[in-house]
Amino acid sequence: MNCIYAINGPVVKVKDTKSFSMREMVMVGKSKLIGEVIGVTDEMTTIQVYEGTAGLMPGDPVEPTGTPMSATLGPGIISNIYDGIQRPLKAMTALSGVYVTEGSAIAALDEEREFDVTLTVKVGDRLHGGDIYAECPETPLITHRCMIPPYTEGTVEYVAPDGKYKVNDVILKLRIDEETVQELTLVQKWPIRTPRPINKRLPISKPLITGQRIVDTILPLAKGGTAAIPGGFGTGKTMTQHQLAKWCDADIIVYIGCGERGNEMTQVLEEFSELIDPKSGRPLTDRTVLIANTSNMPVAAREASIYTGITLAEYYRDMGYHIAIMADSTSRWAEALREISGRLEEMPAEEGFPAYLPSRLSEFYERAGYVETMNGREGSVTIIGAVSPQGSDFSEPVTQNTKRFVRCFWALDKNLAYARHYPAINWNMSYSEYSDDLAEYYNEHVGEEFCRYRQEISTLLVEENNLMEIVKLIGADVLPDDQKLIIEIARVIRVGFLQQNAFHKDDTFVPLEKQKLMMKAILLLYHKSLNAINGGKPISEIISYGFFDKLIKMKYDIPNDKLEMFNEYFDMINSKFADD
Amino acid sequence: MIQYAGLSEINGPLVCLEGAKGVSYDEIAEIKLEDGTKRLGRVVEMQGDKVVLQVFEGTNGISLTNTKISFTGKPLEIPLSTEMLGRTFNGAGKPIDGLGEVFPQKYGDINGRALNPVARSYPRNYIHTGISSIDALMTLIRGQKLPIFSGSGLSHNKLAVQIVKQAKIADSEGKDFAVVFAAMGVQNDVAEYFRRSFEETGVIQRVCMFLNLSNDPIIERILTPRCALTVAEYLAFEKNMHILVIMTDLTSYCEALREFSSSKGEIPGRKGYPGYLYSDLASMYERAGVVEGSTGSVTQIPILTMPNDDITHPIPDLTAYITEGQIVFDRNLDQTGIYPGLSVLLSLSRLMKDGIGEQYTRADHADVSNQLFACYARVQDARALASVIGEDELSASDKAIMKFGTMFEKYFLNQGFDENRSMDETLDLAWDLLSLLPASELDRVSEQLIKEHYHPENAKRFV
Repeated sequence: MNCIYAINGPVVKVKDTKSFSMREMVMVGKSKLIGEVIGVTDEMTTIQVYEGTAGLMPGDPVEPTGTPMSATLGPGIISNIYDGIQRPLKAMTALSGVYVTEGSAIAALDEEREFDVTLTVKVGDRLHGGDIYAECPETPLITHRCMIPPYTEGTVEYVAPDGKYKVNDVILKLRIDEETVQELTLVQKWPIRTPRPINKRLPISKPLITGQRIVDTILPLAKGGTAAIPGGFGTGKTMTQHQLAKWCDADIIVYIGCGERGNEMTQVLEEFSELIDPKSGRPLTDRTVLIANTSNMPVAAREASIYTGITLAEYYRDMGYHIAIMADSTSRWAEALREISGRLEEMPAEEGFPAYLPSRLSEFYERAGYVETMNGREGSVTIIGAVSPQGSDFSEPVTQNTKRFVRCFWALDKNLAYARHYPAINWNMSYSEYSDDLAEYYNEHVGEEFCRYRQEISTLLVEENNLMEIVKLIGADVLPDDQKLIIEIARVIRVGFLQQNAFHKDDTFVPLEKQKLMMKAILLLYHKSLNAINGGKPISEIISYGFFDKLIKMKYDIPNDKLEMFNEYFDMINSKFADD
Repeated sequence: MIQYAGLSEINGPLVCLEGAKGVSYDEIAEIKLEDGTKRLGRVVEMQGDKVVLQVFEGTNGISLTNTKISFTGKPLEIPLSTEMLGRTFNGAGKPIDGLGEVFPQKYGDINGRALNPVARSYPRNYIHTGISSIDALMTLIRGQKLPIFSGSGLSHNKLAVQIVKQAKIADSEGKDFAVVFAAMGVQNDVAEYFRRSFEETGVIQRVCMFLNLSNDPIIERILTPRCALTVAEYLAFEKNMHILVIMTDLTSYCEALREFSSSKGEIPGRKGYPGYLYSDLASMYERAGVVEGSTGSVTQIPILTMPNDDITHPIPDLTAYITEGQIVFDRNLDQTGIYPGLSVLLSLSRLMKDGIGEQYTRADHADVSNQLFACYARVQDARALASVIGEDELSASDKAIMKFGTMFEKYFLNQGFDENRSMDETLDLAWDLLSLLPASELDRVSEQLIKEHYHPENAKRFV
């Protein structure tokens, strides 16, 4: 009999047993709390419990389950909201009211719901892991494709007729060898800490289009890429994540609220069910999965929530979808690691974080990618992780280690946030390594000039940054006119282009074409003004034309569906300067 | 009931007992001393038949042989009742006002449970405080947790009292409004100041006070906010009342937690605070909110003094990561005699954007507050520049901005302790101040709004 020997917070120890294996899921205590084995020695097995441990006693039973911590994968995941270990929170309210309860054994998927299943194989077919054997509409946006579990191979012996099935109904029988026949339902399980297998990784070549100008233009992110959003409190990490989740062109969003505020998750729930996706005309919840492990829910489940989220994402990727994961925030996850590591009395590295923090971070971020799946489709998982550095200090371990594993770094700046410049991504501190990978796509789809404009805009911003050093010391009045022009035009870029209003109906999402035309207008004004200044015209006169202020407001004045209005702007600028 | 005699170890607030049977984690034990006094302890760690207890009242006078311990089989619970309003309790929830025990309507586990995010309603109703800076720029929302970050010697207590006094939190006649006040490690004077102020403003009958003064045991201090929040949750979610919870001072609480953690021999995180400080703070702050199926709400205003006025210190830092914004005091403003001397740029209310606007306050509210923030941010730049090159050398627009800054602080931020400004007064004042600047400088508001509200003649009165 395996029974509890010691309890310390979420960590439970079992003495004198050989019946557990590493990372195995176990049931702890009389109310069967879910736990996971995190250490095995010849005297002691250490278990982290994903639920509150109050009320456990030494001597309470601990049952092995023989399987690792797994996610339940099948139709019904989309539009759902789960906690860190994939318990459906909506179903939980029906069972236990407004508070989260322990040990409530609720199936991850609604077992009573019927799906309209179409079988796509016939008796005698030879099927391999990853092959699709059935399809059903999961939401109006997402067709769910049931796949043979990886590493399984066999010949179809029985196929159920098309029709309505519940998730646990057997719809396919597969003869593996002479003795064994495997029955397949709509559901499969997969261990959350193991990446799902793929055929091969494909090169990164497509952008994740977000409609946010600073992202798409200056700091692009690729489908299958990784990005980090570090920022102190109040700089708008969550707001940026919400904007990306609402508008990016992924097929499915997995939003992991990891150790964050409860009200924020409620907001996501409410907003996403009201917001209509312009492309499909359906509410955003039809393409969203939420994983909510708020800061006051058990800390061990917070650690697991990241893995649960990415496993769900990989499963849909294998069906040929493009997934974006928002993890808010990875720092809370790292703190969960630290807390558990402390309870295990492990030797701490920097700031009390365990020494394996970097390897855990890299394991997570490396599960992103643009891949060819086992059934030959293309799919991708893009990870966008928020980081909450302590004291807004980017030199702390989580930010520094994350920087090593992501290729896109959107640093949020306190000073921009104080001035209510949102998104508060600081263009001087941030970088994206995807610009070159994506150049070909931009050339082909938006036009050759796009990348050139981007470069010019970035150069102007850098020049402004250098000039500001001087301005801070001696004021702007002493600068020569061509440098004053840089300051003026950079203001237009900052306020009129980089700053974006999430609450304005046209400005909240801006198509690439409009982004390009906006840059074109700004650069046209810059070059015309520069010519005029070189020709001896004072900058004060050029400013008095009012073009600078007009361009600042063009994001509001030109609706997204009336891009031909830009021609008026170009004509206006051209003719004014031609008059002189 | 089995009684265990004697202990095997005493270390700070922790005692260790061997040979206990049938004890469960987090359970409460009663410790009887030889002189007949009783203390309470909680199980914090178990290993085989060895049990570690934290003693709430401290371990003074306890020896390895003079105790008898019995276990209650329950986590720490306090009696709950609507009768608790108007009463005063110690940090562990025992009445200290001499009016006898509370007759309980039910018992509540002070640790509470995590609210299911699905069962929350998103907070949207704003609370009118009558304080311009808060109402216009960092609007308090019913169900929000909005801490006050202050420093020693600043007027945070005064501000808290003014909020309680003026807050229009209740739907009708203040019948369903109450305050739960938790003092953690504060001086006697401060506790007395709050009590007197509540009395003077006539809300004392609607206040439930939990007092853990600075010389009370630290373990009790860890329980104080939890007792207070348990009462708040009960009144809000079961009795449908609007509860404002004021907790002061969170810094003392965190220090108590650090002391307790180090006596347990835990591995420290930043600045010696335990690695779980974030989770621990979250377990309190997250108890604010509005839930479906109840018309009540829990709004929290925790007050903390930033050690050395450092906002990056772990306590304010972790707090601001959990709470929905923060109200930050500025020592410079306070010293120049401005009350409340709030640092506008550092302050923020995250829930504000959904609780203001046409339906709640006024259609132009969001834009005006954005414009004030943007202009005031420029004031700081202009001041920095002026300190280098002198005010005379500034450009005309920088000079205008400087003037705006001074007037903004003098007329908008600054207000009397008894001055209760309506929302319209506050927003009109904001527009009048913005009218000090040329209309072309106002880049966060639309032409339409400028037409309606921009009146340079009104700005002439600011001198």
